[in-house]
Amino acid sequence: MNASYLLRRVGYGLILMLCVVILNFLLIRLAPGDPAVVIAGEMGGATEEMLESIRQEYGLNEPVITQLAIYIGNVLRGDLGESFFFNQPVATLIAARIGPTILLVIVAQLLSIFIGVVLGVLAARKPNGLMSAFVSVFATIGYAVPVFWTGIMLIILFASVLPIFPVEGMQSVRLRDAGPITQALDIAHHLILPAFTLAIIYLAQYARLSRASMLEVLGSDYIRTARAKGASQRSVLFKHALRNAALPILTVAGLQFGNLISGALLVETVFNWPGMGRLAFDSILRRDYPTIMGVLFFASAMVVVANLLTDLSYRLADPRLRGKS
Amino acid sequence: MKLVTRLMGAAVIAASAMTATPIWAEGGTLVIASTQVPRHLNGAVQSGTATAVPSTQIFASPLRYDENWEPQPYLAESWSTSDDGLTVTLNLVQGATFHDGQPITSEDVAFSLMTTKENHPFKSMFAPVESIDTPDAQTVVINLSQPHPALLLALSPALAPVLPKHIYGDGQDVKSHPRNTTDVVGSGPFMVEEFTAGEATVLKKNPNFFIEGRPKLDEIIIRIVKDPSALLIAMENGDADLYPFMAGSQEIRRLEKADHLALTDQGYAGVGPINWLAFNTKSEKLSDVRVRQAIAYAVDRDFITKALHRGVSQIQRGPIIESSPFFTADVETYDTDLDRAKALLTEAGYGDGMELTIDYIPGPKEQQQSVAEYMKSQLGKIGIDVTVRAAPDFPTWAGRVGGHDFEMTMDIVFNWGDPVIGVHRTYLCSNIRQGVIWSNTQQYCNEEVDKLLNAAAVELDPAKRKELYTEFQKILAQDVPLYTINALPYHTAYDKRLQNVPTGIWGTMHPMDMVEWSE
Repeated sequence: MNASYLLRRVGYGLILMLCVVILNFLLIRLAPGDPAVVIAGEMGGATEEMLESIRQEYGLNEPVITQLAIYIGNVLRGDLGESFFFNQPVATLIAARIGPTILLVIVAQLLSIFIGVVLGVLAARKPNGLMSAFVSVFATIGYAVPVFWTGIMLIILFASVLPIFPVEGMQSVRLRDAGPITQALDIAHHLILPAFTLAIIYLAQYARLSRASMLEVLGSDYIRTARAKGASQRSVLFKHALRNAALPILTVAGLQFGNLISGALLVETVFNWPGMGRLAFDSILRRDYPTIMGVLFFASAMVVVANLLTDLSYRLADPRLRGKS
Repeated sequence: MKLVTRLMGAAVIAASAMTATPIWAEGGTLVIASTQVPRHLNGAVQSGTATAVPSTQIFASPLRYDENWEPQPYLAESWSTSDDGLTVTLNLVQGATFHDGQPITSEDVAFSLMTTKENHPFKSMFAPVESIDTPDAQTVVINLSQPHPALLLALSPALAPVLPKHIYGDGQDVKSHPRNTTDVVGSGPFMVEEFTAGEATVLKKNPNFFIEGRPKLDEIIIRIVKDPSALLIAMENGDADLYPFMAGSQEIRRLEKADHLALTDQGYAGVGPINWLAFNTKSEKLSDVRVRQAIAYAVDRDFITKALHRGVSQIQRGPIIESSPFFTADVETYDTDLDRAKALLTEAGYGDGMELTIDYIPGPKEQQQSVAEYMKSQLGKIGIDVTVRAAPDFPTWAGRVGGHDFEMTMDIVFNWGDPVIGVHRTYLCSNIRQGVIWSNTQQYCNEEVDKLLNAAAVELDPAKRKELYTEFQKILAQDVPLYTINALPYHTAYDKRLQNVPTGIWGTMHPMDMVEWSE
């Protein structure tokens, strides 16, 4: 890998983000509804003069192309603008919510990889056994069921019928003055349902992928050798086979990051999780253009960076790819 | 597998520990759950319940109101109106301070009222206020261009928060002032500890509140829970203590079953929330009053309130909420009469039927979408083929109705206490404004109605004022620019151990300085 390759990849990433910004900007403005009317509605009504002054204040009177040029200029200067609704900088709103989103996405990612791989390995042990059939069926269902439906079902089951998990939010308000360990446990308790909901889709994919990958590796000569040397089944599966079978799983994990973020947007809405997804959802309903743009910009930046890192790490791991552009 | 078993065991122990009774000081904290998101905390430049609930805890006002519509002392210990009704004098209490320790003076009150006049969407509240004199630190003299009987009600906490002039008088636009959300300095019983946009507002007791021994609570936390189902579970599980502005019949019936909760429909007379069917009187078919009357005769309010709303909402027979002293039932109420409805349509030239569209506000399904769909089937009985036009979200609906691009629409409009504040705006010819929702979007114009409303706005004698409003309601019942259906069944659910939950005319949009936990 050389510097010019890296620069080219970063350059592609920046061009992609610029395209994302332009596309998002135009798409949002295609939606019917005037933000000034929404703000006036939130205020309980307004006069025509007030509507006009709102439009002027937020630059909504300018032609769309001028608005777009101003927006791109501001973004290049690191200014994501101010929320129409909250009158606060979009960066402040996002900063308050990016932590919960990253926490949710990372925990869901780890959960899905861990459980998915364990299930995949167990299934690969006996490809025609009961466990293997279960993993195949579970994977198909897990992938097919919409994430919001899973969330609602889990809420009904574990928060209403058998109330052992909190139904919404990230923290119990009554514990906000408690010590850090209690608060951390409280957050973990709130995290279980949303993280599991988000993990289910990807868990199913990892289970199938690791099953296939393991089956391929288990047929290799070195596995036969390990068995011939008297290694235990557990040692063969987890120490010898899984290490080699893990490479495609890790690659997919990096590429799935973008999907996890989009999944998180839905899960956050279902579980009232105070992350960027809920902010995006509410902002769309309010036609809060700067906030929608800010969240989309941040989410796309995260995806571009994750893909770039995956690509680079893959090239580091596999020397055969280094010479290719 | 041992590791997995151990992890699962630890998770179960942690879960059971967290679901046990949480740590909280008995009597200390009140958790209010709400689906409404406040833009900020300054009620002087923002109407609506989302801001008013926290704003009335943070900011005191000159007066407060009891459940009988009677003004009570608050920052003003006494007040008087001159004989000609053109001057109102307020005498402020001694020793009241803002949360930052600065004294609350007449200058602050004058600044606040003028700021509200210039920036609040309810222009009629303080429109007649010409100037305000402050002869000394404790005296406020409000000079009016005309008598203004709605003024005292407009001095309520929900409408006239007293702001610190030394903060908001710095020349910045008050509507987008940074101190509306951060480091908010108020004058009321609770101080802002934390405001997280779209998530929560945490309020702490003001230890220097000017009323001795109040507030009783140490802390109020207002949590935003956008999903009503999640909010119900939070109330049932005791994660939240008070849920105001609950309007869904299923929600109400469900929380009625919770042993530890009490429910009340008191506290919403001031808001006066009315669910109605509005007509675009400038549309070709609906410009004929006989068509509008026919529709009114076809609708069965009883079915809507008893069947669609499961008996939790009340019929509303006119533009002024029935709990207001200005309401009259002595008007044509359009009891269901399909034969008469058909006859009126035939008379108007639509004997062979007609087509109409109906819009509705997306969101409050039971009050809006369900009623719109009912209209389709009910009006079909008199030969009107109704198309229900859904809007994907509020901005789309607001754009259509504000832009007068509709034939019929369901709508929810609040009275806001005095008719001058919340009723006149819907009917005055001068308030037909393109692009403005909750103005006179029906485009209804009747000079006689304008005369009556303008006279009632300046009439100081309550009896004469009521006569004027009675006449207005009679004309409206004949003209039917809109057909009122029901009062929104707002309820407050609260933990039974809570004492003095506000049930006055402003409900929870009123200082909760008396609310406390019982032993």
